[in-house]
Amino acid sequence: MRLYLVRRLTGSLVTLIGVAVLVFLLLRVLPGDEITARFGIESGSLTPAQRESLERYYGLDQPLVVQFFTWLGSVLTGNFGISVTSGSSVARLIGRALPVTIELAVLSTLIGAVLGVSVGVMAASNPNGFRDGAGQTFGLLGLGIPNFVIASAIIAFLAQRFGYFPAAASYVDFWEDPLINLQQQLYPALTLGVALAAATMRTTRSAFIEAASQDFVRTARGKGLSARRVKWRHVLGNSLTPIVTIVGIQFGYLLGGTIIVEEIFALPGMGRLVLTGISQREYAVVQSSVLVIAALFVVVNLLVDLAYARIDPRVRLT
Amino acid sequence: MRLRRLTRSVAAFAVIGLLLGACAPPATTDTTAGPATTAGPATTAADGATTTAAPTETTAAAAGGRVVVGRTGDIDNLDPHLATAFQTIDALELVYDTLFELDANLDIQPGLAADYSYSDDGTELTLNLREGVTFHDGDPFTSADVVASLERILDEATGAVGRNFILSIEEITAPDDLTVVLGLSVADGTLPSVLTRVNTSIMSDASIEAGTVGTEPNGTGPFDFVEWNQGESVELDTFADYWGDAPSVEGVSIRVLPEDTSLLAALQAGEIHIGIITNPAVLEQAAAPLVVETAPALGYFPFFLNSSRGPLQEKAVRQAISCAIDRQQLIDAALFGNGVETGPYVIGDFASDPWDGLPCDGPDKDLARQLLADAGFADGFSIETIIISGESEININIGQNLQAQLAEIGVDLQLEQLETNVYVDRWLAADFDSALSENGAGPDPHHTYVRYFTSEGVFQNVAGLSSPELDDLILQGQTTTDPAARVDIYNQISRILLDESPWVWLFRGFRTQVLVPEVEGFISHPTGSLKSLRGVTLGSG
Repeated sequence: MRLYLVRRLTGSLVTLIGVAVLVFLLLRVLPGDEITARFGIESGSLTPAQRESLERYYGLDQPLVVQFFTWLGSVLTGNFGISVTSGSSVARLIGRALPVTIELAVLSTLIGAVLGVSVGVMAASNPNGFRDGAGQTFGLLGLGIPNFVIASAIIAFLAQRFGYFPAAASYVDFWEDPLINLQQQLYPALTLGVALAAATMRTTRSAFIEAASQDFVRTARGKGLSARRVKWRHVLGNSLTPIVTIVGIQFGYLLGGTIIVEEIFALPGMGRLVLTGISQREYAVVQSSVLVIAALFVVVNLLVDLAYARIDPRVRLT
Repeated sequence: MRLRRLTRSVAAFAVIGLLLGACAPPATTDTTAGPATTAGPATTAADGATTTAAPTETTAAAAGGRVVVGRTGDIDNLDPHLATAFQTIDALELVYDTLFELDANLDIQPGLAADYSYSDDGTELTLNLREGVTFHDGDPFTSADVVASLERILDEATGAVGRNFILSIEEITAPDDLTVVLGLSVADGTLPSVLTRVNTSIMSDASIEAGTVGTEPNGTGPFDFVEWNQGESVELDTFADYWGDAPSVEGVSIRVLPEDTSLLAALQAGEIHIGIITNPAVLEQAAAPLVVETAPALGYFPFFLNSSRGPLQEKAVRQAISCAIDRQQLIDAALFGNGVETGPYVIGDFASDPWDGLPCDGPDKDLARQLLADAGFADGFSIETIIISGESEININIGQNLQAQLAEIGVDLQLEQLETNVYVDRWLAADFDSALSENGAGPDPHHTYVRYFTSEGVFQNVAGLSSPELDDLILQGQTTTDPAARVDIYNQISRILLDESPWVWLFRGFRTQVLVPEVEGFISHPTGSLKSLRGVTLGSG
């Protein structure tokens, strides 16, 4: 187990360094820099001396290798860099955006998992019956309708018709006022939760049907356990591995920020931070944010793998 | 309030159930994102929903007398001398003052300069400064601040975008605390209008010296900067010692809502007072009690033609393209009527005739076909069109409309939508057959022309047209002070431009704000300026 952890952590570190290099290079390959992003067409009207001075200001006059290691070095000492536009530290920007994203990820995963598992079990209890048909339809629709459509539908219909759009007010932290905060997270969490529920539902259904056909289920029934106990405890319990995998992976993705939903519902999360950073060519913001997102993804994956051993005693982590 | 929200949220939940049950998504929204750039291309947002929903109620927005403005892009900077994005300029204009102001009719009004006079030969401009003005930090405003600010702009190390506009200033002196004298290299009648630009804002000399300009805005404007929550909002408080009538509201919050549809929803929900909505399809849905305020914009949309490439090298071909395009049809179809035809210069006395100089008096596809045939292109030809994206869907709509119109004369446009930075790179290198993005214009025609159509112009390579005759006329325009004589000069320039047709001048759009009925006294401005917020009150609607 310890060896397993050491190996996984080393692997994760290599992954993160790879991510750091890749993001750094990708950003440099993109046409334009902070100066063209800031000045647009006006950047063509700058004199060479003006341009030089701005390059010095944005740190673009340094060779790429120096830029990379300066940044990586300060990240290792806990300094994520500075957003040159606003002068605020990237750590502060991430500190504001990350809780928003984590909360949204947790809420939508909760909605998705609860809804997905219950509909999945409902559908699988009587394969090919009416409830299965209804559940499968839900699954297909949830997967098929892109979440920007769901989000726009919510905005166009609910917000405009009922005048209820709490996300438009300035974002309130959960600790400041949980009631308002949860209302602001409601629409986006529902939007993401539905898609998540659909994927979870389909996985649950197939895993459940497979588990239900196994011998130990007949044994459990045979020894006189109630149908309910068999269903929820034995069958579902034995279908958990794929369910945890899919929920875990989706949760990891959600931690990367959900650009479209954050845009439509004006949530100041990680997706928007990265997107704004890219369009403004704020290298430090993008590099550090992506690194944080990648680190979270790696951690969540590790936790999911550790969870397997918990769920299924046959799994040995070596 | 909270209880009502809660019941509404329960209702919302119930309706979501119905909605999902019905599985009928009424709308789609495409998300283009993010804060866009620049004085060239305008900044805006995204595509919109298509269902019209009548608002059932509009509640009063945030209490406490703060005006809440929503827009799709965040500011990108706190230094007005470096600001190019509309959202940045509009926000900083509330914090900083300029020496002159441009009113909603685009007439020049006194700002920090109470009045001015030119020497007889026009090479010396004396500014008499306003008395009793203080900066937000309490420092009194004096001529030293004007000198320091103008010198900062002229210093190449600043990287100020306004530098090009005030290059005629050779010497800045301050005979006393309230007088500044500008010695000019040439007679330059355009300075008062140039000094209305936010890029020439006056800062305190102490802030400049301390190097805090970019982090702690300290102006003399009606609103005092409080904080910038990047990606979320800019907070401004009313400045009680403002030299004009102090605003009656307590402050201004400018909040970022990245989607135009979300802005509309926020207005209908009463969460914001003023929404800066650019997508005409979304504007169509802004129904009463919301109020839509518009002003024709100072910027304009040219269809850039590269006169050094292929068939476009022929003047007759460029004229044919210009004559083939029905501007009004374009405005109606692509912009829902939110635009007006324009010639090379868009406003006021200098506004030029859209057709004078072209071989046609209006859209004329037969003549266009004839021109092409005479030039040897009877079978038509194909060219690429690069289109700026990431800002507004209307750009691609315009491109598609032009594509359809020009297909009728056998010119095939191959549209290529590019991310802003990519577009800017190619545009600056004149690496295109034709291009489509909004161009900013100044309140004075000189600065709209000098950068493109003089042999020394910074964008001469992009415009691809200059001649000794144009050089001479544009210099005359700058150095002539008699307004009537200037109108005549600019009409001549306009005729030459349309005759040569390096571009097709398509239209000027509108600057539009959508207001909740509680907002009183807001005036839409051609530059998109929000400065009339200083006179706004929040009534009961």
